[in-house]
Parts: sequence; C-alpha cells; structure tokens
Amino acid sequence: MRREGGRAVGVALLSTVAVFTGLGFAVVHAPGWKIVRSQFFSWSHFRDGFPEIAHAFLLNVQIFCIAEPIILVLALLIAVVRSLPGPVFFPLRALAVAYADLFRGIPTILVIYLFGFGVPALQLKGVPQSQTFWAIVALVLVYTAYVSEVYRAGIDSVHPSQDAAARSLGLRRSQALRYVVIPQAVRRVIPPLLNDFIGLQKDTALVGILGAVEAFQQVQIDQAATFNFTYGIDAAVLFVAITIPLTRLVDFLISRERRRRQVAAVAA
Amino acid sequence: MSALTLEGVHKSFGTNEVLRGIDLVVEEHEVICLIGASGSGKSTLLRCVNLLEPIDSGRILVAGEEVTARGVDANRVRSRIGIVFQAFNLFPHMTVLRNVTLGPRKALGLAREQAETEARALLERFGLAERALDYPDRLSGGQQQRVAIVRALAMKPQLLLLDEVTSALDPELVGEVLNVIRELAASGMTMLIATHEMSFARATASRVCFLDAGAILEQGPPEQIFSAPREPRTQQFLQRIVEAGRL
Repeated sequence: MRREGGRAVGVALLSTVAVFTGLGFAVVHAPGWKIVRSQFFSWSHFRDGFPEIAHAFLLNVQIFCIAEPIILVLALLIAVVRSLPGPVFFPLRALAVAYADLFRGIPTILVIYLFGFGVPALQLKGVPQSQTFWAIVALVLVYTAYVSEVYRAGIDSVHPSQDAAARSLGLRRSQALRYVVIPQAVRRVIPPLLNDFIGLQKDTALVGILGAVEAFQQVQIDQAATFNFTYGIDAAVLFVAITIPLTRLVDFLISRERRRRQVAAVAA
Repeated sequence: MSALTLEGVHKSFGTNEVLRGIDLVVEEHEVICLIGASGSGKSTLLRCVNLLEPIDSGRILVAGEEVTARGVDANRVRSRIGIVFQAFNLFPHMTVLRNVTLGPRKALGLAREQAETEARALLERFGLAERALDYPDRLSGGQQQRVAIVRALAMKPQLLLLDEVTSALDPELVGEVLNVIRELAASGMTMLIATHEMSFARATASRVCFLDAGAILEQGPPEQIFSAPREPRTQQFLQRIVEAGRL
C-alpha cells in the first residue's frame, strides 16, 4: 500500500512538472512575451508598488471584517423569517422574498453607486456622509440576500422529523429552531457560505469606484502614473494571500467537526 | 379519571381520511397496544395525541383536560406526553447527555446540573451510562432507540407514546429495546404503543386495539384478540401475521 501511494505521488509530481513546463515554455516563447513581461511582471514595479498597495488593502480588509459578521447575522434572521409558517406572517415572508429577489438581481456595482452617491447627496441630518460607510451598507445588502438563500437551503435540508422530535419535548418553535434545526443547518452550509465570503472579499474592490483608496484604486493610480500593469499582480497576491489560507482553515474545521462526531469521546 | 380519552377523533390529509372517528379510553398504568396493517392510522393516532398533528374534529383529553380545546398551550401538553419515534430522531449534533437534557433544561427550565444528574441516573438505569458523552452516530440502533426512550422519560411524562419503535432495528437488536418497554410497563408507566411485535403485545399489553382503515374495529384483552378475534378483518390480519412467521 505504501509503495503504491509513493508511486502515485511520483506520477502526480512528474505529470504536473511536465504540464507546467510545457505551458511555461509556450508562454515564454510567445511572440509578445517580452512586452508582456515588462508590462505585467516587472519585479521593480512590483516591489516599488507593494507597500502602498498593501496599505490600501487594509481598507479592503476593514470593509470585509465589518461587513461579514453583520451579513452572517442579518442573513440568518431573513432566512428564519422566510421559514415562518402560517398566514399571519405572510407580509413578512413576502418582504423577505422581495428583498432577496431584488438585491440578488441588481448588479453589485449599481447598488454601490446608488447608495454611495445617492444617500449622501440627500444631505439628511444625522445620516453618515461617508461614502465608504454607504459602500459597506450596499455590500451588506447584496451579500445578505445571497447568504440568506444559503441559510434557507440549509434549514430546508434538516429533516422535519428533527423539528418534530424537538417539539415533542415541549420546546417552543423558536427553541426547536435555535437548538436543533439551525445548528445542523449551519454546519451543512459552511462550504457555500465560504464561497460567498470569498466573493465578498473580492467585491470590496468595487468600493474604489466611489473614490475611496482601497487596493484596486491604488493599483489604478500607480498604473496611470507609470503605464505599467504589474501593480495588479501586487493586489492579486494580497487577495489570494487571504482567501487561500481561509479556505484551508474552513476545510480543516469541517473535517475536525466530522471526526469529533465519529470518534467516541473519552468517558467522563 | 382516565389518563387519556379520545372522542370521535377525525383526521384527514387532503382527501385521504386517515382517522375516521376514534374512541378510546386509556386508564392510568394501562399498556395499550395498537395493531393493524401499515396505513391503518396507528402512527397518525399517536401524533394527534401529542398534538404534532392537529385533528379535524373530536376531542382528546389528557388526565381530564381537553388538550384539543382552543387556547391550550400545546408546548405544555407535549412536555407531559413522551413520544418515541420509529427512526429514533436523536439530534445528531449533540452528545447523548445533551439529547437527554435538552427538554428538561429548555422546556421545563431545569438547571443544567440537576438535568444532568437526573439524565445520568436514567442512562445508568438503562445501561447507557458509558455512552453519555458519545454522539448518536457512534451508537448501535438499539442503543440509539434506548437513548430516545430515555430522552422521552427525562421529561417525566404522564403518558408515553411509542411509534413502532423496533421497526427500524436489525432483528438481533429488537430484544434490548423491548426489554426496556417491558420494564417500563412493570413500573406502571401508562403507554400507548403502535407495534408489529405481536408476541410482545400478547405478553405485555393490558389491552390490544385492532385498527382498520382509520377506526378501532375491535379491542380487548390480548388473549381474546389473539386467540379468538371476533371480526373477520382481525382474523384475516392475524392470519397474515402467522403466515409471515411473526406470531
């Protein structure tokens, strides 16, 4: 078994090296490679642009860190509202459906425009004038619509017999949701949730259209000054440096949870 | 006062009338076995008693209180009536101990410590003490069903409903669950049991009811139902059970 495993790794390694060498060869020998290299892969531009772009990227991280927890909570609330039974709750359910349909349908960039330029322009007293603030609001509204659908799918996937078992113990509907249905639903939808959060991280770059200097905006400033596109690579590296470890972390948490459930706990 | 009284209970799912006027009186400490073919309404009857399904007409009284009346707090009623399901329905994301303490803590408002002490005593009584911190996935079917019974008992119910609790088990695991029910019967627990285990019903029931097409066609002491059934439909049903080698 060990020997076969070693062989498989060897073959995988060899074929990977062969494929990438081939691809690399094709790119490097393309007629325009020299120009592309100096325009997109210039080490000196990469190095010179990095500190400022990294600094601007902090704004992306900040936006993301504020928006994500709000989205997680708000989306769950909306998913729960959509699962309320009975005619009494029809108006609430209808509102939740209309909201999800609307904000999933409009392009994110338009929502950011509408909130970022529209609301401050109203010049209302006591309303924040910061465009970044309203950009965050727009991102929260768009992503809450997506994430509420993910939650709803999770809630629907928990078999009704689980709810029946909880209710049969005398738990109220809200208690059955809180202790039995939602914990199981959330565990099931962690991978698609993560998917939406990677999307959100990338969409923080859209906030730049309002004038805030986040990473992508800084890239454009640098490009305009030097006519070199390497700065985009700086930003790409920064985004990937966050999303890939996050993905691995969640994979790890999911598999640990699975193991914990399947391995007998040591008796107390 | 009877533990449970059903008067003219009707229940339909769409155009399908599942219960067509059930009348039944269960006295305290009685063990009633409901027998009958699949689809005769046994499970629906139990779910209606526990208010998991609303009834269309008729009345259900638990210890003299009409629980199907308007304005009755269904949660309070359910916390007094235990039910155990065919498919166990344990909560897979909780340990055995948390499965058992959830109801007492959240529905009865017991402190965690007290709920856990009582739960551990019950688990001990049914040979599950070592499993308290396991997740349900790690247990055999028989153990899972015993945990489900303990979970119902932790609420100290006045009445226990058992819905074909051995039907999903491998044959060699049926015995351990039936033993638990026999012990409960001996300790005086009032029970309403839907079952296909005829020998068990014969030995344990104080009364056997034969359900046919949503009505109680015949009821009486087990010796009479199993040895000298009056109704042709009952005879037919029992004949099929005997042919299948289950009696």
